[in-house]
Amino acid sequence: MTTDPIIRVETLNKWFGDFHVLRDIDLAVARKERIVICGPSGSGKSTLIRCINALEEFQEGKIVVDGIELGPNLKRVDEVRREIGMVFQSFNLFPHLTVLENCTLAPIWVRNMPKKDAEAAAMKYLERVRIPEQADKYPGQISGGQQQRVAIARALTMNPKVMLFDEPTSALDPEMVKEVLDTIVDLANDGMTMIVVTHEMGFAREVANRVVFMDAGQVIEVNTPEEFFGHPKHERTKLFLSQILR
Amino acid sequence: MSGDGTTFVRETLTPARKAPVVTTGFIGFLHTRLFNSPLNIALTFASAALLWFVLEPTIRFLLIDAVWKGSDRTACLADKAGHPVGACWPFIQAKFTQLIYGFYPDDQRWRANLTFALAALLLAPLLVPKIPGKTLNAALFFVAFPFLAFFLLRGGGLDGFAFYWLAEPFGAAWKPSLTRFWIDFSLTTTVVTAAVIWLWGGWPNGRRAGLSSALTFAGIAIVIVALRLGQGGLPVVDTRLWGGLLVTLVVSITGIVASMPVGIALALGRTSRIPLLRIFSVTFIEFWRGVPLITVLFFATYMLPLFLPGDFTIDALVRVLVGIALFAGAYNAEVIRGGLLAIPRGQREAANALGLSYWKTTGLIVLPQALRHVIPALVNSFIALFKDTTLVLIVSLFDLLGQLRAAFADPTWATPTTLFTGFAFTGIIYWVGCFAMSRYSLFVERRLNAHRRT
Repeated sequence: MTTDPIIRVETLNKWFGDFHVLRDIDLAVARKERIVICGPSGSGKSTLIRCINALEEFQEGKIVVDGIELGPNLKRVDEVRREIGMVFQSFNLFPHLTVLENCTLAPIWVRNMPKKDAEAAAMKYLERVRIPEQADKYPGQISGGQQQRVAIARALTMNPKVMLFDEPTSALDPEMVKEVLDTIVDLANDGMTMIVVTHEMGFAREVANRVVFMDAGQVIEVNTPEEFFGHPKHERTKLFLSQILR
Repeated sequence: MSGDGTTFVRETLTPARKAPVVTTGFIGFLHTRLFNSPLNIALTFASAALLWFVLEPTIRFLLIDAVWKGSDRTACLADKAGHPVGACWPFIQAKFTQLIYGFYPDDQRWRANLTFALAALLLAPLLVPKIPGKTLNAALFFVAFPFLAFFLLRGGGLDGFAFYWLAEPFGAAWKPSLTRFWIDFSLTTTVVTAAVIWLWGGWPNGRRAGLSSALTFAGIAIVIVALRLGQGGLPVVDTRLWGGLLVTLVVSITGIVASMPVGIALALGRTSRIPLLRIFSVTFIEFWRGVPLITVLFFATYMLPLFLPGDFTIDALVRVLVGIALFAGAYNAEVIRGGLLAIPRGQREAANALGLSYWKTTGLIVLPQALRHVIPALVNSFIALFKDTTLVLIVSLFDLLGQLRAAFADPTWATPTTLFTGFAFTGIIYWVGCFAMSRYSLFVERRLNAHRRT
């Protein structure tokens, strides 16, 4: 599956001040591949995917997204970001704009799309995440699960080739986790390439092609979900799994 | 219902009922807010008494004991009026034009009136959210109106339009004439419109931008013809003759409007990641905040001319306006910075992740939210500025209060209550202005923060 990678991360190293948060990360993601990254908190999972769309700078190594190379100086930030959609743990919807305006903002201002076309396209994506009826509400007026689905629709309006999910369900009430995961599963079934940082192991089993386990800024183990959950190799992986799966 | 104390299962749901009468409506208000405990009852009566002791003499002075007609001081003397005299309103009547226009020449006052009317005509629809065409309206008020107001209030014309200063370096003396003026104007129109079309992506993409540019110049041409700017324009009224409410409004509105962009730029500069920009903004803000407004005005009026080359003069009022805009801008910058800090980092990140540039993120996501957070604080400083404009008195500009003090010196109106009458009148004007700003800001807050009501 690694013959035609859409994302290549090569010997990536990053420090926060003196703290070495990412150490020699190598990762290749193929087109249509679905990667789940898990690991204890502070292991650098979020930092890794934030590096991929240049929300974080890094000091060594390189990242290549669909042929566009991102070195430590982040020169081609805008090109890379156009290829990648991102969904955050805390949704980060724009609270002063309606749901529809959240979804039309980037197409209008980045892609110079006429307002009418942008609205039609946004409604299509809102239907896809099954909340077209909330289009005129403000983010503060809808539930957390709905907000996260709007955030997914908002990212999709830019037609990204890859979607990054940074713990998309961690800030949600248990009742709402499923609706968001279902949306992500739908997206996966449509063939979207995605990297998902999550603690939802059931989701990982169902959706992932590969599971990446990280600890202390390093990739400890990469494997298919069956192998990863069935026969973990590394001691650290076994310990982690024993702690989260009871 | 069933249960033995440890388990419980509801069998019928309780429907919602109306709230008890004693807690709602006027009766409820009396019950719960004014007369619900001995201390509250005492406070209610004490407040009522206080209100009476303040209101009764005020109304007596302003209305009941006031003198309404008369032609000089004698009308406002107690032995002449036959009762204790309150406000001496004939004094205000006699000095009214002075208080509004200062020493602006009588036969030119229509220009001030026209400016007031135009300002009201442009501002009113801008303040009502329902009225469409906000972009055009804002452009007219914030960009076109200041120029128009300048030529209306001050008068004077133009020698050329935009290119005439090029004549001198090329060795030709520019002799102002109407033909040359219009040649210059047409040249400017052509060059600017062509540039606009080119900047907006050439023909046919820049068609609409080009049309707007041409229409703008057509509008400018109409104003030029109406005010005869090519032939010397209206007679010049020196700003030293301006005064009264006119100066107060010119200084405060210019100050408020001009201090906003200054404040936003400085606030963004201070939160910027570029060190030089940050240092400049911090220094600028700390300098202007550390200096009293009086010093700023003094410096602008008396010291600045010493530093400028000999034949280079700037109008005294303009210098004051610039000083006040920068001073108020520094204050606004800190208020706006407070709003910027209140925006979570995730907002900028989400916008960046969608591919929005720094400026689009700032303009569409960060600033709109930041400014909403600080509306109360901004209006607070606007109100303070509105009243601080009266300090221009110390650099010999006579604003409303300055004109009032000048009017006190008139022996024709020297009566025991002249002073109180004058201050009551100007006080009411200031209060109405400030109160209007305060109420309007509440309205804006409620409207813009609709998204926070869940």
